Amino acid sequence: MIESMLINVGRKVLAFLQFLGGLATLVWQSFYWLFVPPLKTRRVLEQAKRAGYDSLPIVSLIGLFIGMIFAFQTAYLMQRLGSEIYIASIVALSLVRELGPVITSLVVAGRVGAAITAEIGSMQVTEQIDALEAMGSNPVKYLVVPRLLALSLMLPILTLYADIIGIFGGWLICVYKLGIPSRLYMSVAFEALKFKDIFTGLSKTVFFGMIIAFVSCFEGFNVEGGAEGVGRATTRSVVWSFILIIAADCFFTALFYFIFP
Amino acid sequence: MIEIAKLCKSFNEHRVLDNTTLKIETGQTCVIIGRSGCGKSVLLKHIVGVLKPDSGKIFIDGQETTGLNDKELEPVRLKIGLVFQGGALFDSMTVGENVGFGLIEYNHIDRKKLSERIEESLCMVGLSGIQNLMPSELSGGMKKRVALARAICTKPEIILYDEPTTGVDPITADSINELIRELHDKLKVTSVVVTHDMKSAYRIADKIAMLYDGKIITEGTVSEIQNTRHPVVYQFINGLAQGPITETMGCLK
Repeated sequence: MIESMLINVGRKVLAFLQFLGGLATLVWQSFYWLFVPPLKTRRVLEQAKRAGYDSLPIVSLIGLFIGMIFAFQTAYLMQRLGSEIYIASIVALSLVRELGPVITSLVVAGRVGAAITAEIGSMQVTEQIDALEAMGSNPVKYLVVPRLLALSLMLPILTLYADIIGIFGGWLICVYKLGIPSRLYMSVAFEALKFKDIFTGLSKTVFFGMIIAFVSCFEGFNVEGGAEGVGRATTRSVVWSFILIIAADCFFTALFYFIFP
Repeated sequence: MIEIAKLCKSFNEHRVLDNTTLKIETGQTCVIIGRSGCGKSVLLKHIVGVLKPDSGKIFIDGQETTGLNDKELEPVRLKIGLVFQGGALFDSMTVGENVGFGLIEYNHIDRKKLSERIEESLCMVGLSGIQNLMPSELSGGMKKRVALARAICTKPEIILYDEPTTGVDPITADSINELIRELHDKLKVTSVVVTHDMKSAYRIADKIAMLYDGKIITEGTVSEIQNTRHPVVYQFINGLAQGPITETMGCLK
């Protein structure tokens, strides 16, 4: 009983170490191939469209709802204190510093990361990755580098967009439900925001984009066992991306707390 | 010439290639036969450098390729065309982009020449005019032919075929055999064909080698193989359920 438990724990630890080792190798190889010319911009733009432009509808919807929900929740407390006008600054600050970056990253991990794992995983089981290599094309350069660049460039842009839509969601509630004048909401919201808030919020999403690209590509390359394997890898990819994004967010929040007190 | 010397490869303790040794002369069509899962495809992937051996060496035209890195392997890979079992066509690309992939990636070839080469390759496999179709719109046999067109588009000196007739009807299988023979005669390429389809093997081979337990246990011309006295080879080429292969497996007895 204890022996089998220990064996199980040992296996899990080994699997985790293998995951970390494999991921670290992929990170190293990706940065190496990133600087080996030629860089095919057409492929990067194609991925940027898939990761960025195609994600606009879902990011808009989620951004809008988060802004509205947050305005309602804040109103619950602020109305009691008689300071409804601060809803604007709380919504703006929370969205720009924390909610916008994290929620957008999680949405992209679920939508784009899962698709990347499924695509690369299917390529793996149908020998397309071997075909790439056999034709002299390095799979990391061909598949990972464009996705890495696209995600780390598009995620800050999507986040900025989600921030604006979220602030608009808050505006809808404040103006039409709580009766705060539109101009007042805008001036309070934007006065509360400082450069460091926008910078810290957006800069961390570059790393979140890298996390999504590395994890989803890594899981895709390691698919084994046909369609079932693709499904399992896709689940693992989303779960690991979520965990690593939240962990990285915790790290960056602490780091920025000390850098920009 | 392709020379495989004492090649060994294991996957998770399971030894797939065990001191595999084989020599294939330039311009020869060598068919490697063996049971499913015996390591035939693994051997092909070693020749093209997709897999690295645990030990042993491969020489292509006298140059050792097993120790080369990706960059050094590039010119070697350009000499080789590999036709995968399921075609392995890139689903996100059109047939034309698939066929011209090798040229687009490595050679700065102008558009006009590229489309001519793609058309020429597709014409050779009897599929001209389908450049704009997607792989999902093709039948199994067409996919194999497009994969073949992709392999010959870079004008390789060596073509490796991984089970080219598996999963297609007998008529398509025969037309693929004919195509392999034709390409061999027209392009004067060295061909290595991996298969367990004996009819196909007899039709296209200059030499047949059998891979069993990770080793090449016999090699010879078609008539030598047909008249073999080797019990393992005899059982395999005649497709017998009883014999040394199944006796050692136990479960099929």
